[in-house]
Amino acid sequence: MRLEEAGLVYKTTTEIKGPLLFVEGVRDVAYDEVVRITTPSGEEVLGTVLDVSRDWAMIQVFGETSGMDLNVGVRFTGEALRIPVSDELIGRVFSGSFRPLDGMPRPLSTDMRDVHGGVINPAARDVPSEFIQTGISAIDGMNSLVRGQKLPIFSESGLPHNQLAAQIARQATIPGKEEEFAIVFAAMGIKNEEAEFFREEFEKTGALNKAVMILNLADDPPIERIVTPRIAQTIAEYLAFDLDMHVLTIMTDMTNYAEALRSISIAREEIPTRKGYPGYLYSDLATIYERAGRIVGKKGSVTLMPILTMPGGDITHPVPDLTGYITEGQIILQRELALRGIYPPINVLPSLSRLMKDGIGEKTTRKDHADVSNQLYMAYAEGTRARGLVRIVGLVGLSERERTWLEFADQFEKRFVNQGPYENRTIEQTLNIAWDLLALLPEEDLIRVREAYIKEFHPRYRRAE
Amino acid sequence: MSLRGTIERINGSLVVARFEAEPRIGDLVEVGKLGLMGEIVRLSGEEAFIQCYEATSGLKPGEPVIDTGKPLVAELGPGIMGTILDGVERSETKLWELTGPFITRGARILPLDRSKRWGFEPTVKQGDKVTGGDILGTVQETESFQHRILLPPGVEGTIEQISRGSFTVEEPIGTLKTATGPVELRLMHTWPVRRPRPFKERLPLSIPLVTGQRVIDTFFPVAKGGTASIPGGFGTGKTVMLQQISKWADADVIILIGCGERGNEMADVVAHFPELTDPRSGRRLIERTVIVANVSNMPVSAREASIYLGITLGEYYRDMGYDVAVMADSTSRWAEALRDISGRLEEIPAESGYPAYLSDRIAEIYERAGRVVTLGSGQRVGSLTLLGAVSPPGGDFSEPVTTHTLRYVGTFWALDQELAFRRHFPAINWLRSFSKYLEVASQWWSKYERNWDQVRAVALGLLEEAAEIEETARIIGEKALPDEQRLILLVAEMLREGFLVQSAFHEVDKFCEPEKQAALLKIIVDFYSLAEPLIRHGIPIEKVRELDIVPELMRLKEREGIKPIEEARIEMKRQIERLAKEYEVAPR
Ligand SMILES: Nc1ncnc2c1ncn2[C@@H]1O[C@H](COP(=O)(O)OP(=O)(O)OP(=O)(O)O)[C@@H](O)[C@H]1O
Ligand SMILES: [Mg+2]
Repeated sequence: MRLEEAGLVYKTTTEIKGPLLFVEGVRDVAYDEVVRITTPSGEEVLGTVLDVSRDWAMIQVFGETSGMDLNVGVRFTGEALRIPVSDELIGRVFSGSFRPLDGMPRPLSTDMRDVHGGVINPAARDVPSEFIQTGISAIDGMNSLVRGQKLPIFSESGLPHNQLAAQIARQATIPGKEEEFAIVFAAMGIKNEEAEFFREEFEKTGALNKAVMILNLADDPPIERIVTPRIAQTIAEYLAFDLDMHVLTIMTDMTNYAEALRSISIAREEIPTRKGYPGYLYSDLATIYERAGRIVGKKGSVTLMPILTMPGGDITHPVPDLTGYITEGQIILQRELALRGIYPPINVLPSLSRLMKDGIGEKTTRKDHADVSNQLYMAYAEGTRARGLVRIVGLVGLSERERTWLEFADQFEKRFVNQGPYENRTIEQTLNIAWDLLALLPEEDLIRVREAYIKEFHPRYRRAE
Repeated sequence: MSLRGTIERINGSLVVARFEAEPRIGDLVEVGKLGLMGEIVRLSGEEAFIQCYEATSGLKPGEPVIDTGKPLVAELGPGIMGTILDGVERSETKLWELTGPFITRGARILPLDRSKRWGFEPTVKQGDKVTGGDILGTVQETESFQHRILLPPGVEGTIEQISRGSFTVEEPIGTLKTATGPVELRLMHTWPVRRPRPFKERLPLSIPLVTGQRVIDTFFPVAKGGTASIPGGFGTGKTVMLQQISKWADADVIILIGCGERGNEMADVVAHFPELTDPRSGRRLIERTVIVANVSNMPVSAREASIYLGITLGEYYRDMGYDVAVMADSTSRWAEALRDISGRLEEIPAESGYPAYLSDRIAEIYERAGRVVTLGSGQRVGSLTLLGAVSPPGGDFSEPVTTHTLRYVGTFWALDQELAFRRHFPAINWLRSFSKYLEVASQWWSKYERNWDQVRAVALGLLEEAAEIEETARIIGEKALPDEQRLILLVAEMLREGFLVQSAFHEVDKFCEPEKQAALLKIIVDFYSLAEPLIRHGIPIEKVRELDIVPELMRLKEREGIKPIEEARIEMKRQIERLAKEYEVAPR
């Protein structure tokens, strides 16, 4: 962050309330400008202007306010929150508010970018359509990811979302093109060991020297989390749209971000909507998520994978709910599957990739891909329904057909969803496993697959060849 | 008349200003040194509260504000068709050219191109008496879209002069002698977006909007000039459905409002519509479509305005005598924008933080739909059909936007997460949805199927019965059910897979012509009436299920035209008869 040396220091703070500071007698202050606050101990903390009138300003403080008193020095910098960008950011580690954590000097550049970014003009967007092979069947086969998509992982604490994200980061490729992703990793309020896990993972695969890490950990100031994902996306945009790189941004945990936003809202005494979250949570999240994508005429792309833990496993909780309303699908992890030893414990039924249709098919994956996926969904839904029935009427109460569905569901979880954390399946392998499973069902029940594809890909006919 | 003032306070999108004299509510203002667009939403004592349509960062108290003295208006005239606009009618394509791929603030773009010339062909002549709403002439705006130039509402007089030729939207095309003096006629006029455009008379709704989507046309139709709401949790298929309707509905003009939703979805429309053609007219779809794209990360207040802009454009085309369909995706984001502004104004909230006037605003919006006799002489008829997506938090339909919307719409397409999970799309729940336009539809459908009412009722009845039987099956298992009930489950499955499920991405099935819809429904219902006696006579359900015709009936939708259905009908009878013979049962 540029240090603005000049400027008046105000000592006219009249109130400190949670993360908010109220300063009187100020002049010439702009909405949203950056503020530097010097605490009694001489430490400097960042803030921004949230509300400003002719002679007072309300400031949100990105550091701890506990320990501050009304004598803090408040200096308005006259600038929006900006960071210097250059290719030297690659390989670096920063704090959640962009202090270097790797012992190296502060990055310098004449190119300063507003962390809020701009809005990509919808007319200038290029529709993401390049299939990314993650090597994970439940994703590639049924919830395919494409370059420039925003696809979150909805999880619960204790589930292997970090392993999954790391596996995706490790394995993601465009079949036929051996380009790697640059990774921008933003941590918000996660434990040190989790951050360490990612660092080691990136190190092992050599991804670290193509990664930028922005870390706000559990013991770092919560309000700082407001800027962390924005810094990450600013860097990602720069790498993608200025340096032509393909970027994968991983953000975890968005629930902690939203809680930081909520605490500011509560301190401002805004009218809460659900669970105390402000009514603008949707729009606020959108300003982070919508920065992913592709732009016409630009080579690079920003693919976004936010991770969030659903409090109480509740998908209707505002954070997963509003995220799902903004992102282009979601990958949902389920405790029940994890307990049964399935890795990755992806529950495909509520999972979705909206951009899948543009990325798959004859030219990129295989022509039967969409139909196979649809059929798997339907069959697995029937299977889980039969499973519910078994609990009530027992296996003997099932019809022949229901038993087949049930068997399918079991096999589907064991052979299709389940795989090793280092197992990297090609899309061809994934689809072939799918067909082996579909072959468990009577052919006339494969109603979602075109007849021609059955003739071409069903193991029964393939063997006959 | 423009008033000057200064900024007193900035709180997010809300700017408080003081003016040298009293401004008016609804006036458009230019805020700060950048001249950001805003609108006065409240006056209190000396203070005017402005909702700003562009991001306010960097604004300072003390900066100037100018009240333009005019409300937020839409510019209406040739040059809108086929474009992509933001919530305040700026062309996003032009913004892109002007400021690059990221939207920058304070960009001034007039909605209509001032330099482009249009060929104008008058249809009135000197000495004609004309009144507001009359067509003065036409402009061939695109290859297939004829723009009818209207005399603005509220004006009347005698044509003093009018010329054919090539004009910009601002150049006079003629003059009108009015009681208050001569008035210059132009290709464009403006209209305040929040004020409904007047018409002569509302007409009863009498024609369904044919969308080519079976569950809609056959089960829950919407009338031309009617209203429909499509609520559902994330990923249940609102956007895809509204896009399907935009593509295939038999409307003359489509206005697609992306209100606070994804940028990529808008890009998708921009990318794909030009490649598609209307199956009836062969016209390129983009030539009848206007996109209003105020996506989720664009300023909230412009999102609020975008719905009004879209509807105003729709009314303008309606007034030309066209059938217009306006899609708003999503009205929840509009309502949230309303809530946001209301919160910043510190108004007293009602349910879930929404202002108490939410219900009235929703009603006002849906009131702007209708089939009308337009202003002007003659009996020109136009319609505006309004379809709104609702995005209830947590997918819970008991929240305020869904419940209030439900009170004002004629058709309700309730999306169902369970159906979406099993990729049953469109995930419209047939038990919770309704349409108040059935009578309208019934008459219209009778030309394809004499007993349409009855066939539809039988099919819906079977689906309802199946839902009840499934309840029982959940407790005792399907196997324990009597075969008569298992047959109903089978037919319900055939109706679901063979009729209700319709993939938007299937090359044939994405659009289903009415004739085929009727034939498909009929053949499945007929299958039931043929199979039912067999079951009654003790033929086991397994035997019926094993018939080859069963999967075939579920695949007919994928086959082009209705010939395969006719062939299947013969085959169906043959197989049923054979089965009956096997068990020595005389078929009906
Ligand atoms: N008619 C359909 N045919 C095939 N697939 C469909 C259909 N409708 C929906 N889908 C599938 O469901 C996905 C989600 O649909 P859509 O984007 O319309 O949901 P939505 O209700 O608008 O969600 P949100 O509220 O988050 O915007 C689509 O990407 C597509 O994969
Ligand atoms: Mg949608």
